[in-house]
Amino acid sequence: MTDSPAPQRRITIDPLTRIEGHARITIDLDARGSVQRARLHVSEFRGFEAFCVGRPFTEMAAITARICGICPVSHLLTAAATGDRILAVTIPPAAERLRRLMNLAQILQSHALSFFHLSSPDLLLGWDSDPERRNLFGLIAADPELARAGIGLRQFGQELIAALGGRRIHPAWAVPGGVRSALNGEQRQGIRAGLPQAFASVELGLALFKRLLDERLREELAVFGDFASPFLALVDATGQWEHYGGSLGVAGCGGGIRVMASDGSLLADGLDGTAMETLLAEAVEPWSYLKFPYLRALGPEAGSYRVGPLARLNLCRRIGSPRADRELLELRQRGGRVVTASFLYHLARLIEMLACLEQIERLLDDPLITSTQLRAHAGVNAREGVAVNEAPRGTLFHHYRVDGDGLIEAVNLIIATGQNNAAMNRTITQIARHYLGRGQLSEGLLNRIEAGIRCFDPCLSCSTHAAGMMPLLVQLRGADGALLDEQRRD
Amino acid sequence: MNTEQRLRLATVWLSGCSGCHMAFLDLDAWLLELAAWAEVVYSPVASDRKVYPDDVDVALVEGAVANDDNLALLLQVRQRTRVLVSFGDCAIHTNVSGLRNPLGAAEAVLQRSYLQLADGSGQCPHAPGLLPALRTPVLPLHALVPVDVYLPGCPPDPARIRAVLEALRRGERPRP
Ligand code: SF4
Repeated sequence: MTDSPAPQRRITIDPLTRIEGHARITIDLDARGSVQRARLHVSEFRGFEAFCVGRPFTEMAAITARICGICPVSHLLTAAATGDRILAVTIPPAAERLRRLMNLAQILQSHALSFFHLSSPDLLLGWDSDPERRNLFGLIAADPELARAGIGLRQFGQELIAALGGRRIHPAWAVPGGVRSALNGEQRQGIRAGLPQAFASVELGLALFKRLLDERLREELAVFGDFASPFLALVDATGQWEHYGGSLGVAGCGGGIRVMASDGSLLADGLDGTAMETLLAEAVEPWSYLKFPYLRALGPEAGSYRVGPLARLNLCRRIGSPRADRELLELRQRGGRVVTASFLYHLARLIEMLACLEQIERLLDDPLITSTQLRAHAGVNAREGVAVNEAPRGTLFHHYRVDGDGLIEAVNLIIATGQNNAAMNRTITQIARHYLGRGQLSEGLLNRIEAGIRCFDPCLSCSTHAAGMMPLLVQLRGADGALLDEQRRD
Repeated sequence: MNTEQRLRLATVWLSGCSGCHMAFLDLDAWLLELAAWAEVVYSPVASDRKVYPDDVDVALVEGAVANDDNLALLLQVRQRTRVLVSFGDCAIHTNVSGLRNPLGAAEAVLQRSYLQLADGSGQCPHAPGLLPALRTPVLPLHALVPVDVYLPGCPPDPARIRAVLEALRRGERPRP
């Protein structure tokens, strides 16, 4: 991703729409009019890793949730799990189940937003359809049943979050040591009652997407970011689909971070969050506020990997619930054992919605789910904590270092979307090369390039707070306090 | 505003977390009702329009002003909109977006992220024309342009968003 000679002509798409964040795309053409490169410029930066320093670690859940209004729960749960490490406690089993329940609700509502609200207007109305109508409200007019299904599915997830945490967005519910309140029997009934409708809505989306794939979305499969790359995600102790890593690193839990090449060979397996600093590094490019994480061992080019729904489905042996597993089998028949076509992120998202609903159903049947034993209390027992979870868009790491009073000394967040940065740039370059090679520049064509980004459902308000390695200063002092030796890593 | 015609509604996202926009989407099925009397003419989540249009009746503006892009868009919005709603706590008092203010110049915050916490490529993002420069301090909307309605909350409760939109439709100016 080094700079190439100055382009002859530059096409700019500004701002990108129907994505969650601020960005523009530039496409550079050479003298002959062929595409040199396309780049995604992420234009926001808020600086969480700097201003969290000095605050109590117990505030991190509330602050980091405000990184992102779409997946606040991911930050809430990961911040709480990092806090568990600092307290050095194992949380009560009921608290873990409740956190899992909220995470599933979160993945569900976020995927519903991505597929129905943001992407389905392209799929249903067409890439070249009237841009004035190619949006949620155009969808409401064109296919109210589908629009209602999507809105209702998102609502189901949001209401489950509110049932647990008291509100839909930014609930202050998960805390270091557990969660603050229980689920009562009446709430459990209410959620159960909504399940059949929710299943039906996902099935509607699945049927539509698969029909379109068979009928007319063939080219997209090959062009919207189909390339070999490693994938990274969590799996559980038996290699099944996993979304909650809160207890990773706790003895006897098993499972962990897995990294797989697109030929199916394992590059890493069974790692917990503390591996993040040896496993990953981040590059900076001057033309984007979003950094480029990569697998340290393979370097920035070969080591650029993908995360998120497709990564999770590629890496798991199976999902572990019947309806989703049937769909997973079909996905693999379409795309191979390791699916490399980024366009199938959409299908992966639909399959995960099914998985979320099946697991929610199962958790609601668990007698512990209404337990009121929810929180372990302790003081600061460890100066450092790392936790990892699966957010809707992929693997999320929080790493804090605190002083003896629990005030934050350093924060490092590696956020899902950033890890797809290189893949998003490759995808838009592939799409631009394919379609711009064919002559006329049209609005619909530029929309296809934007849609390449929408496959990844990037959450840019999250991603530009990602930091890389935490600077480390180890000092060896004598009994009199004199400095004997010092090792620094910046 | 003419109630015969559909209300021309915009939603704008400056430096915020999009939670206020999500609270708007949390109006769920009421959005179908809204679609009957309002037309969303600009929105990061519900429109593909790239340029802020003229003649907008109501704009819900989320987020504080933290960079040059935010400022340019806010000035356009003010010029082309009858009722500008300062939408959520970030817009009203900068909230989480303003937490970097006590750290001083943006440069320090940038260096922390891109020089100290990266793999040593030794550069901060800097691409005039492609990336907006950060502004210091981060400011709330009313410090830069006149604001007509304040709708607080982090995020505002969907029921309140609905009440405000319905009042504006009737031509009222809700007071906080
Ligand atoms: S007010 Fe709260 S919900 Fe709205 S953008 Fe700011 S942090 Fe997000």
